[in-house]
Amino acid sequence: MARFVVRRLIGMVAVLFAVSVLTFLVFNVIPNSDPAQRMAGRAAKPELIATINEEWGFEDPLPQQYLTMMGKVFSGDLVSYKGRENVEERIVEGIPATVSLCLGAAVIWLFFGILFGYLSAVRAGGLLDRGLTVLAVTGISMPVFWLAAIFLNYLTYKTEIFPSGEYVEFTTDPLEWANHLILPWITLAILYVGFYSRVLRSSMLDVMNEDYVRTARAKGLSERRVMSRHVMRNSLIPIVTLFGLDFGALLGGAILIEAIFSLNGVGQYAYESLQSLDLPPIMAIVLYGAFFVVLLNTLVDIAYAYLDPRIRLGTSAQ
Amino acid sequence: MTEPLLCVRDLRVGFVTETGRVQAADGVSFDVAPGEVLAIVGESGSGKSVTAQTIIGLTRSPNSRIAGSVRLRGAELIDAGDDELRKVRGEQIGMVFQDPMTSFNPVYRVGRQIVEAVRAHRRDIGNSEAREIAVEMLDSVGIPDPAQRIDDYPHEFSGGMRQRAMIAMALALEPELLIADEPTTALDVTVQAQILALLERLNRERGLATILITHDLGVVAEVADRVLVMYAGRVVEQGTLDEIFYDPQHPYTWGLLGSLTRIDRDRPERLPQISGAPPSLQSLPQGCPFRPRCPHEFDRCPELPGLDARLAEAPAHLDRCWLEPEEKRELRQVEGQIGLEAPK
Repeated sequence: MARFVVRRLIGMVAVLFAVSVLTFLVFNVIPNSDPAQRMAGRAAKPELIATINEEWGFEDPLPQQYLTMMGKVFSGDLVSYKGRENVEERIVEGIPATVSLCLGAAVIWLFFGILFGYLSAVRAGGLLDRGLTVLAVTGISMPVFWLAAIFLNYLTYKTEIFPSGEYVEFTTDPLEWANHLILPWITLAILYVGFYSRVLRSSMLDVMNEDYVRTARAKGLSERRVMSRHVMRNSLIPIVTLFGLDFGALLGGAILIEAIFSLNGVGQYAYESLQSLDLPPIMAIVLYGAFFVVLLNTLVDIAYAYLDPRIRLGTSAQ
Repeated sequence: MTEPLLCVRDLRVGFVTETGRVQAADGVSFDVAPGEVLAIVGESGSGKSVTAQTIIGLTRSPNSRIAGSVRLRGAELIDAGDDELRKVRGEQIGMVFQDPMTSFNPVYRVGRQIVEAVRAHRRDIGNSEAREIAVEMLDSVGIPDPAQRIDDYPHEFSGGMRQRAMIAMALALEPELLIADEPTTALDVTVQAQILALLERLNRERGLATILITHDLGVVAEVADRVLVMYAGRVVEQGTLDEIFYDPQHPYTWGLLGSLTRIDRDRPERLPQISGAPPSLQSLPQGCPFRPRCPHEFDRCPELPGLDARLAEAPAHLDRCWLEPEEKRELRQVEGQIGLEAPK
């Protein structure tokens, strides 16, 4: 286990390094991204640009600039080009909204994804299965921005059933917190409910054909126990994989949903920074997102070992 | 004769597929007496596994069509409700499958799976008591250090040990009948012999009746009391071990016996085989299904022979072949031993 964690930590550093270098290079080859010019304004005098370049070190060689920026990332005093605000503080401010959005949506999509997948598989080929298949494919096919717009139009502007997003702190008012998040949760979850129910259905159908499921029936277990004990647990492995990837990626900012519902989370900050080509926040958010993806994947590997004892962490490579 | 433990009559199992109906078992009848070892032999697709699995309802599905009668101590199982059937499985009839590698759930400990089997039927038995039963069972099937190994996962067992553990699990509730579906096929030869010895011992010590499904006549010769030979979903010959081995009546049985390799004979240049392949179950030839592969075919064969006793001295020795017994005894002699001639 200790070996496994150490290996994963080394891997994580490597991933974060690669991601940061790529982000930095991409930013520097984008046309029209010269930060000094953007900061000085449209018709800026060359002296002003020179001063800014001097002050921020934009004339330094790229590796030097990269190192300076990473130094600031890790010391917590990274400042955005636009507005000169502290990036880390902004990200920390956005985390509660993003985490609330992701956690709530994840609970919904896991619950319904697993429920629908289970029902589909148990009744494979039947009417219920076909109905759920249609629902799932519809859910997967609807673009999030479109669905969000439809919800906002009908449930917020026309009928005023739900508020139009905007994040309310849980500590201020838990009811309002949930009320404001319901639409974003549902919008975000619908896509994943579709995916997860399809994946679980096919993985359960595979497992149902396994010899050990026949053994379970042959020893006289009830059908419910066969399903819940012998089919489900082995079918959950692909779901765990997917969940690790999806949840990690979303924690890095659910950009579309946050922007549409103005949740003021990390995703919305990323969206705004991208629009103004503001490298420091982009860099910090990308690193923060990559960190969660790697972290969640590590947790997934640990979950594998729990779900399938044939996988032994740390010793499996020997 | 004692009252049979299991009585199968005219069992028909068909499956509806996209390309038509497949009749996997067609009119299969046999009895199993208490304490008897009945072997069902036949090649792949002869319907032996389907027959065995249908006994405890494992072939039930929206696509299967099952008819006939299976009575266990007089109780009909074919149209039994799910709950009734569930009580029979494991408690009255234990089942062991071919591949011990895949027949245990890989994610649960071996002991836990045995405990689960016990407690599925006996709610009054607590976990620790069920565990003791499991340890005892593992011990009785020859797992060394069972109190320790009970907490192993299946992948920590060898193939032979897993099959022993499967047998322990199938017998944990002391059923009267064990159905062993090719229990030795996936094991190497020395382990095969150990498992057979184990089955034989259980049969002797516990009076356990066994249906042994196999395609290996060598296995049959070691443990069976009676033999059922199946071909293309039908029983083609049925008799005691001696009758089948020393006075076989059906050409297909001759072919099976002729293709046995024997250590007490000279090694032939090429292993004898039955030419051709079994017919498709969707388009059986008219009459005797073995007709296309049989070198002794004659003008009566397009009519399906019944499974009848054709020998006055052995009323329980049944077969499905129109040839006269005297004729058969001549025809089955190939190079001084029982076999099936190569087709002309």
